Amino acid sequence: MSFLRPKDDTQPWKGRYAPYDLVKELCIAVGVITLLAVLLAVLLSSPDDKPSTIAQWSRELPADFATTAATELDETSGTAEYGPPYNHKSGSVQHFLFLHPQRWLGVSHPINTADDYVIKPLETIPNDVALTSALAEYKAAPKMQKKEWSEAYAKPLGEYATAVEEKKTPPSTVSVDQSTGAVTVKASGAGPVPVMMASLQGLAQSGGLEGGLLSSSQFFQTDYTKPLLFMADGGLLEERAEQQHLLGDQWGLMNETGSYPGQPWLWLYALWYQIEPIKSSPNGDIQVLLIMGLLSLAFICIPFIPGINILPRKIPVYRLIWREHYRSE
Amino acid sequence: MSAEPATSSRSWTVKVREKGVEALPPEKLLPDGQPTYVASWIYVFGVASIASLIVIIGSGCILALKGPAWWHETGVGHFFNSIHLWSVELFFFAMVVHLWGKYWMAAWRGGRGRVWVTGAITFLVAVPCALTGYVSQQNFDAQWISTQAKDALNSVGVGAFFNLTNFGQMYSYHILLLPVAVVLLVSLHVLLVRRNGVVPPFELDEKLTAIRAASPDPQDSAPGSSERQS
Repeated sequence: MSFLRPKDDTQPWKGRYAPYDLVKELCIAVGVITLLAVLLAVLLSSPDDKPSTIAQWSRELPADFATTAATELDETSGTAEYGPPYNHKSGSVQHFLFLHPQRWLGVSHPINTADDYVIKPLETIPNDVALTSALAEYKAAPKMQKKEWSEAYAKPLGEYATAVEEKKTPPSTVSVDQSTGAVTVKASGAGPVPVMMASLQGLAQSGGLEGGLLSSSQFFQTDYTKPLLFMADGGLLEERAEQQHLLGDQWGLMNETGSYPGQPWLWLYALWYQIEPIKSSPNGDIQVLLIMGLLSLAFICIPFIPGINILPRKIPVYRLIWREHYRSE
Repeated sequence: MSAEPATSSRSWTVKVREKGVEALPPEKLLPDGQPTYVASWIYVFGVASIASLIVIIGSGCILALKGPAWWHETGVGHFFNSIHLWSVELFFFAMVVHLWGKYWMAAWRGGRGRVWVTGAITFLVAVPCALTGYVSQQNFDAQWISTQAKDALNSVGVGAFFNLTNFGQMYSYHILLLPVAVVLLVSLHVLLVRRNGVVPPFELDEKLTAIRAASPDPQDSAPGSSERQS
């Protein structure tokens, strides 16, 4: 098939050879690159913005923390409704035509936001009679009652967050003491939830919640999935990211903090997220991944793709590359 | 009794050695001459990619020896992290220029398809190698990149076994599994280049016409089937 097998006139080289020292060339190259890297390191350093902590989040944005914690308890947060690999919901489950890989791979890192982010950390607080009683009441209640309580608590906080976002006067049902970071929610019908959430806020502000959210019960910890997803449900990371031009619509995928180059090799990947309909599609991620998968395969197969593999012959950039050779012929 | 052991045609070791020497005799593996057409700055970017990879591995080894927290705590550590970062940037820059150069040379000609394929796969494997580095930094960049990029990987099911928010897993991928894959691919790529030689220039149209006119049965072969450069 001549269409798939283009004419290859390449002849083995029978011309002259010039002296060449491969090892010397490599040593010189390593020296030059080392020098360049050292020079860039001295002149430009590298970014290292401190990570955000849950303690910092609950102190600096106490209302945002309380709102997020409430959505974790009533299981309406981004993580609670995400779906695989964290739970069996479907809020962030994507598919393309008949392809449902996210569902197929199932729940590999189970997260129950009410238990993992609220109940279990609260159970680690000792000697708090009011909290112990509130927790017992909450755990003993039927599922519907728990939902009513947590929704009653989350509702004014949601209204507060909306008012703040729209720069309107916040409702009087929520008051925030910025000096202490205390959030008071006047929520009728919230049962034991206000006591629980006040304790959670205190635990977070003391720094005790970070360790309580780590995935393993072992002494050594390396999996930060739970605390990271909890923080990502709130607004602190996004607020910092926006200041550092790291949001998706700021081509954030390939950027990093400060004025550093980040990962410019991801430009094509980031490009698709700027283009409609992918930009606003609920299945945008899988669409981009599939496009990039196909393009990657095409990239590997360039020598065998008709048209693409004869372009270098048609567009004579090679005359520039081998100009010395052609001149000497 | 002979001083040298008797070689056996059934010896696996002998077979591997003979195959290896046949495919890559020493003068091909470490040549002291290059065809005269290898005379352009574009050829520098291949060796610059390898040199950058060596600096990346060197600086990465120093960072690994001292542990993942060291570079946050000391100026020396931060300096080596900076070298690591900039050598990665140089690596990708050199590799991209090298790839473009090889594309415009159609460097897969004359049976060199596998050279292109291994080079392209190396680039694609280097991307997650860098990404796992970014999410292993234990700073705000790591927090933000891991929580944002997870959705894309989760959407295709990869998140089930490649969890960007799991520092331990990402660190293992970054300092062992993916670098080993990159080094193996680069090694294979370089061996294939040494075996096949650097692709010769296109024959100019006027010369080609003359060659074809002189030959009643011109070569019309696919990539991969033509005689290799000796």
